[in-house]
Amino acid sequence: MLESVPKSPLIALKKVEFAWHAKANSTIKSANLCVEELEHVFIQGASGSGKSTLLNIIGGIVTPQSGQVEIVGQDFCQLKELQRDRVRADHIGFIFQQFNLIPYLSILENVMLPCRFSKLRRENAIERSGSIIKEAVYLLDRLYSKGRFSFHRTTGELSVGQQQRVAAARALIGQPQLIIADEPTSSLDYDAREAFMGLLFDEITLSGSTLLYVSHDPTHQHLFDRVVDMSVINPHSEHDL
Amino acid sequence: MNLRLLAWKSLKSRRSTAILTIFSIAVSVLLLLGVEKVRVNAQSSFANTISGTDLIVGARSGSIQLLLYSVFRIGNATNNITWKSYQDIAQLKGVKWTIPISLGDSHRGFRVMGTSRDYFSVYQYGEKRTLKFSSGIQFEGVFDAVIGSEVANSLNYSIGDEVIISHGTGSTSFAQHKDKPFVISGVLKHTGTPVDRTIHVSLAGIEAMHVNWQGAIKKRKASKALTESNLQPESITAFLVGLDSKIISFKMQRYINEYSPEPLLAIFPGIALHELWSLMSVAEKALLIISLFVVLASLTGMLAVSLAGLNERRREVAILRSVGASHWHIMGLLVTETVLLTIAGILMGVTLLYSSIWLAQPMIEKTYGLFIPITAPNIRELGMVSMLLATSFIIGLVPAYQAYKNSLADGMSIRS
Repeated sequence: MLESVPKSPLIALKKVEFAWHAKANSTIKSANLCVEELEHVFIQGASGSGKSTLLNIIGGIVTPQSGQVEIVGQDFCQLKELQRDRVRADHIGFIFQQFNLIPYLSILENVMLPCRFSKLRRENAIERSGSIIKEAVYLLDRLYSKGRFSFHRTTGELSVGQQQRVAAARALIGQPQLIIADEPTSSLDYDAREAFMGLLFDEITLSGSTLLYVSHDPTHQHLFDRVVDMSVINPHSEHDL
Repeated sequence: MNLRLLAWKSLKSRRSTAILTIFSIAVSVLLLLGVEKVRVNAQSSFANTISGTDLIVGARSGSIQLLLYSVFRIGNATNNITWKSYQDIAQLKGVKWTIPISLGDSHRGFRVMGTSRDYFSVYQYGEKRTLKFSSGIQFEGVFDAVIGSEVANSLNYSIGDEVIISHGTGSTSFAQHKDKPFVISGVLKHTGTPVDRTIHVSLAGIEAMHVNWQGAIKKRKASKALTESNLQPESITAFLVGLDSKIISFKMQRYINEYSPEPLLAIFPGIALHELWSLMSVAEKALLIISLFVVLASLTGMLAVSLAGLNERRREVAILRSVGASHWHIMGLLVTETVLLTIAGILMGVTLLYSSIWLAQPMIEKTYGLFIPITAPNIRELGMVSMLLATSFIIGLVPAYQAYKNSLADGMSIRS
């Protein structure tokens, strides 16, 4: 499936090439991807197909050796590292497979963390709920059954499923335009997985964010607007699988 | 949540290693500032040993040797001064006062000094302080003795107690003047100088105890009776001189040094004290260098702990990067942690220092005659602490740079 380039895409990758080391084979080769605003896109790919590298490029953590990367209308190849960090802080919320939370911070502090690095998200949170802490509690209340336990306790006592909900609340705080989820359910059992996906979709729809969901497991493909295979995005990869 | 709070919470989560690191820095700060405090106070106490005396005169030897035996009661004179020479100089124009000193005997390790009664009114130490009695009075009779505070405390002596003086200066003596015991007439107040460790008797007393002695050996038969005339000393060990005006001190020194009837040496106490302190400055510098190395060792320990912990913190760094933290934030976090640890170490070290001074003050004063006051840190100490803080900042850059390199390699991939 070839991507047609829309007028104002949220993510636009064109002929992107990337290798982690100068002498290594390219992990990403001639990759193209286009995601429009409010789209919910499922990217499927086996492990080693370059999914994590792709997310690092979209997050502005690394820059490709060649090609074009436009995220929320910003040309990442032209931006300095600090400017890319700012775009990531302001516009992107991440949920990872596991170990998403800072262990020495409380549940609430973990959720509020992105507001520490983004003025925009801080302002959005305050505008919607009156304060950052109220916004964090609001999101946690929606993702948990209301009032089940204190959000001031540390995250060490939480189950993986509960941790993923906290991670989702953290990704959603301050309404970033783009939520990137990297195999967020692969550590969960069936029930927890279903519950988590339901909550995630509800919240993303409510906050009006675009969702880029990466997984090797096709179970939840039907929930998405579009499914793209890594082999389509990154057809010429020399990455050693 | 600012970076300092984040660093603080991160440290709290690793509290056992953090506390150990803080403690090792605290100990090094305690040592560094402790050595400095002892050095400064030892120097001032040293400089305060004698004051108000313009010249010290003894038989010709070295200035430091003369200072050591006349003021610090360390070592012995190579020769004595005749009573006649002493009288000649004492009667010179411009000489305000003189105090004769006669040394050579001891009592249970404490030096006995024969002197005149003027000693108690004109001898000065510290900031021109004169000697004061805590009990009793100065010696009146030939066999009266006035003891320093440390002698009284160590030997538990008080007024009226008998003191048997031994020939020579060792703490164990085979020749004791048992036939002529002295009686304590007064106890001096504490001065923090060698006066505290001295037993003062009159020059007549020194002579009286040696009547019927030949050198260090007692004559079998007492051939002489104690009379006024045979209590007049023939020689003394040294004498202190006070002048009418400081202007003539160089002239007077030259006169004494060129005194023809016998070879004498006159020294300025201040200059000799300075020369002596310069000799000791090597040890003082060595101590300072050792404490600097201890500081370096504790900072290296902190660096090792920080670097060893980095691998476990890759995940934390990746999470922070994913929520928008830049490399500067990550580096700032690690440097802040190092600086926070150092500040905590410094605060703990300073607290330890002052509580140790407070606790050990009486013991140090009693044992070494050194009073260490509790005073605010001086500029030099503040400078040392600031240097330590600056070094910790530089050291903090090492793990910070390593974390930066790790995060470049890791990106946001959290694999374990």
